[in-house]
Amino acid sequence: MNRVIAEDPSKRTTLILGGHDFEGISDLVVKPIETKAPKWWHIALAFSFSLLMLLLSMIGFLIWEGVGVWGLNNPVSWGFAIVNFVFWVGIGHAGTLISAILFLFRQKWRTSVNRFAEAMTIFAVICALVFPGIHVGRVWVAYFMFPIPNQMSVWPNFRSPLLWDVFAVSTYFTVSLLFWYVGLIPDLAVLRDRAKTKIKKVVYGIFAMGWTGGNRAWQNYERAYLLLAALAAPLVLSVHSIVSFDFAVSQVPGWHTTIFPPYFVAGAIFSGFAMVVTLMILARQLFGMKDIMTMHHLECMNKIILATGTMVGYAYGMEFFTAWYSGNEYESFAFVNRAFGPYAWAYWIMISCNVLFPQLFWFKKIRTSIPAMFVISITVNIGMWFERFVITVTSLSRDFLPSSWGYYSPTWVDLCTFLGSFGLFFTLFLLFLKFLPMIAISEVKGVMPEAHAHDVKEGH
Amino acid sequence: MAISVIGEFKDPTELLRAAKKTNKAGYKTFDAHSPFPIHGMDDAMDLKGSVLGWIVLCGGLTGCVAGFGLQAWVATEAYPLVISGKPLFSYQAFVPVTFEVTVLFAAFAAVFGMFGLNKLPQLYNRLFKHRDFSKKAASHGFFVSIASELDSDEASIVDFLKSIGATNVSGVKE
Repeated sequence: MNRVIAEDPSKRTTLILGGHDFEGISDLVVKPIETKAPKWWHIALAFSFSLLMLLLSMIGFLIWEGVGVWGLNNPVSWGFAIVNFVFWVGIGHAGTLISAILFLFRQKWRTSVNRFAEAMTIFAVICALVFPGIHVGRVWVAYFMFPIPNQMSVWPNFRSPLLWDVFAVSTYFTVSLLFWYVGLIPDLAVLRDRAKTKIKKVVYGIFAMGWTGGNRAWQNYERAYLLLAALAAPLVLSVHSIVSFDFAVSQVPGWHTTIFPPYFVAGAIFSGFAMVVTLMILARQLFGMKDIMTMHHLECMNKIILATGTMVGYAYGMEFFTAWYSGNEYESFAFVNRAFGPYAWAYWIMISCNVLFPQLFWFKKIRTSIPAMFVISITVNIGMWFERFVITVTSLSRDFLPSSWGYYSPTWVDLCTFLGSFGLFFTLFLLFLKFLPMIAISEVKGVMPEAHAHDVKEGH
Repeated sequence: MAISVIGEFKDPTELLRAAKKTNKAGYKTFDAHSPFPIHGMDDAMDLKGSVLGWIVLCGGLTGCVAGFGLQAWVATEAYPLVISGKPLFSYQAFVPVTFEVTVLFAAFAAVFGMFGLNKLPQLYNRLFKHRDFSKKAASHGFFVSIASELDSDEASIVDFLKSIGATNVSGVKE
């Protein structure tokens, strides 16, 4: 990989390398779908699928035995399930941010990354939705969360942030899925037209819906895409804000703060981008997509990780300041306890992974080094998991009265369920890599220099 | 019986030029097909702006009223609950769900409105009978298609497309 960063700042960096023409881009992106899956893919799928089975058996065991199989206790009634929920929803923020907000800001480099990140978003949100679903205990009455007329005439309490969360996350999932599908339609048409077997032709044909690429259709399509981006941009900011209300609207010291919504959103983008970088490094290497997902793209991602990581670091500092400045002794205690109490080990893992390591991205050498960014992106995700653990567990385990303090440790069921959720995520992701184009073919073509028509004078 | 005549062009610039000429020649039922949207094509084809924005506005407003109305009705009529002594109609607490439902309805309107305007899904389209069109249009080909209700127009449309530089010109019947 050569240096592709434009040294002359007045010139735009070339987004697509390798001198491909339009057909070449289709060939390159479609190759993993049209050729036999490599050996590593089968091995990875088998491994992920067994973790998925682990998840399903843990859920079965939970439903059979009851939530007592988890490590929850009296002060700490929110444990791994909530931590994992917030962790996965956070990861699920990168996709829509890339597809919507970067689209509105006309960041053309997003075209190489967005399909991939949107898929990751959808799968992460699926993983997230599992946890509150099983956390309710009696899963067979999970429909109580939705405003469905029922024989008891009982309706949900719309003044509860937990219910806002149901609406926020399910809306986010639906809109992300619609956005992803709309983006896929022209690419599914490419797959349909290239399909060699009848089955592929029919299946891709159904989902491509008869797309012909006529400009009359493109006009409405582009407008729909723009409107979806404009709708998804505030949506993506609202989702993690509302997730943070689950905590911020309560009275518990360490949770009851107004900084939570922006702090959670920055953290979500931070962890989501880190997950995209981890997966991108692997996919571009393993599938030979280096001409489309270039070092320039990775560097852009790393810059956003650096920016959001710094915001998260600022929020950690500001929380301490506010706790001290408030003069409220419960609040001050909650924070001193976080850093030096029984969960100090988790707190310092969080600080080093989220605040210290990403700062290395100030150096261009590290920002453009594949091994360095791979390691940092993984530490960021470890750190962000611990952030949610620290927020959820430390505050609950040491609340107002020392007589009700406790200590929470997960059981083997908690750990296996969390591990299993990675199986769900990677099974879906591997299937996506094999059966759908991992790069938005038509969007990438649209940002190539050849895509611009140069005829303006004639006819006017 | 209706026919379409399809001609291929070399690149986006050629396609834009051809669309302009086709429009000028007075053809109404034509389209320019490309693997990605081409900047300036709407003007070249003299298309009016998309009406999708209005559909989305309607969707969003419906969602806004429905979301807020549901909450207000549940909180005051269907299942009044006193929470921390707050008024039953505490509209401040209804903002997040109202926002989410607005976005949800608007997004459905955007996607299904776009399908409606584009007449998708389309199970059959005679254009795909053109061999190269069905192989290349979505991936790397640039085509103009002109439709006509009269089979007898075929020869004249073929001549026209050839005269503006199309290659690979042929008609497809229903």
